[in-house]
Amino acid sequence: MEQVLELKHIHYAYHTLEGETPALTDISFALNKGEFVSIVGPSGCGKSTLLSLISGLLEPEKGLIKINGKYLKESTTNVGYMLQHDELFEWRTIYSNVILGLEVQHMLTARTRQRAHDLLDLYGLRHFETSRPSELSGGMRQRAALIRTLVLEPELLLLDEPFSALDYQTRLTVGDDIGQIIRKEGKSALLVTHDLSEAISLADRVIILSGRPASIKQTIPLIFNLAEDTPLNRRNAPEFKTYFNLIWKELNTDE
Amino acid sequence: MNNLSKGQQQYLLKHRKHKRIVRISRILILLSFLFIWEFTANVGIIDSFIFSSPSKIALCFFGMLMDKSIFLHLGVTLYETILSFLLVIAISILVAVALWFSQKLSEILDPYLVVLNSLPKSALAPLLIVWLGATKTTIIVAGMSVAIFGSILSLYTSFTTVDPGKIKLIYTLGGSKFHALSKVVLPSSIPAIISNMKVNIGLCLVGVIIGEFLAARDGLGYLIIYSSQVFR
Ligand SMILES: Nc1ncnc2c1ncn2[C@@H]1O[C@H](COP(=O)(O)OP(=O)(O)OP(=O)(O)O)[C@@H](O)[C@H]1O
Ligand SMILES: [Mg+2]
Repeated sequence: MEQVLELKHIHYAYHTLEGETPALTDISFALNKGEFVSIVGPSGCGKSTLLSLISGLLEPEKGLIKINGKYLKESTTNVGYMLQHDELFEWRTIYSNVILGLEVQHMLTARTRQRAHDLLDLYGLRHFETSRPSELSGGMRQRAALIRTLVLEPELLLLDEPFSALDYQTRLTVGDDIGQIIRKEGKSALLVTHDLSEAISLADRVIILSGRPASIKQTIPLIFNLAEDTPLNRRNAPEFKTYFNLIWKELNTDE
Repeated sequence: MNNLSKGQQQYLLKHRKHKRIVRISRILILLSFLFIWEFTANVGIIDSFIFSSPSKIALCFFGMLMDKSIFLHLGVTLYETILSFLLVIAISILVAVALWFSQKLSEILDPYLVVLNSLPKSALAPLLIVWLGATKTTIIVAGMSVAIFGSILSLYTSFTTVDPGKIKLIYTLGGSKFHALSKVVLPSSIPAIISNMKVNIGLCLVGVIIGEFLAARDGLGYLIIYSSQVFR
């Protein structure tokens, strides 16, 4: 199996004048092409830090990160990173928010513009292209933020609790939608979440992190015996509860 | 426009009414101020020799309109003020951007900016004349000196208070620090830049008039000094 992402013995600590905050210790795992992996862990354990390292915003103190077999520095693979907050710019319309990444990467062509329009259409935001972000609901904003990431056609998607700002119902539908789209487009994804049921309904594998400084406590592969493996069907499957309890117990035991 | 709903029509009506009240109130305040001034000067409650009165001012203004001298003075002051204002805006944006780019530079220069900003510029204007001579340049520099340091400081502060999440977003989209500046810092600082401009145009005018007090043969500042000496 081809590996999109490989992490080996990653260590990271934040340094401030008040002292050192170790955030990650000895994190190693790999992500196969087309695989969807969820990461769960206690609040403040270092999940966002992990994604920042993979996206290259931070540099690990020790260890190495490879993307498509190349070191992060030399990698040309497009990695999409969806942040905890949508960060839509109020001084831009939804459409020009969505093409921000294209602008920054000098990729604005007739084809990419068309793709932006198509994606907005697909996600039901066509009539809001000229609206300001403040005119949209939380779910719509989150979809706009996802489109902003997707127009760049990333091979690997990093999702940092992208649905946490949504109300429960929107969260289920948007979460399931986005999960389906990512699968359909054959993208690999790493999803950080607080929500265990979200992690289980979307992923192929769940990585459980310990409290800060985070290390990998356990990795649980999710296998569902379903004719049609959708997030909704998973929620109703008998295995769902078993996995839920397993992960819950694992999160709440101190080693 | 008959397809507007009742609610929308009412909203628009309310909005228009609000605008009207604001406009009328503004005019009323001006008129009543002028009226009270004129009235108290005429009845002798205030001394019109010192306080003048609207009608006297209007007459004098009219006289200067006739001999066209007002245009010269106004024009000169306006020119000097606008030039120093534009220079202040351009230079302070450039310097604030440089400071934003380099944390080190901003930390090094910070105490100097604070000291320069708190210097009593009007007291230093005579020095400017000694250095630069009694020319238009001196007056423009005097106008700039009043505004520029405060302008740099306030612009830099607004640049640094931009939401770090938005800057992080630019980096996640593969942007550089330059993109962070052009796509986030500058656009989100536009309100701050505009309010900064509003303050600066006034400060530049003050600086220019101080300069004209000391070193000019024309302009409003010269006119004020001249009039106060002949008491007119
Ligand atoms: N810029 C920083 N400087 C110093 N310490 C930091 C910084 N950013 C994060 N930390 C610390 O590192 C730890 C891990 O932060 P991180 O944001 O990765 O946690 P998280 O798992 O994403 O948390 P949450 O679940 O709340 O999103 C936290 O305890 C935090 O206090
Ligand atoms: Mg986080």
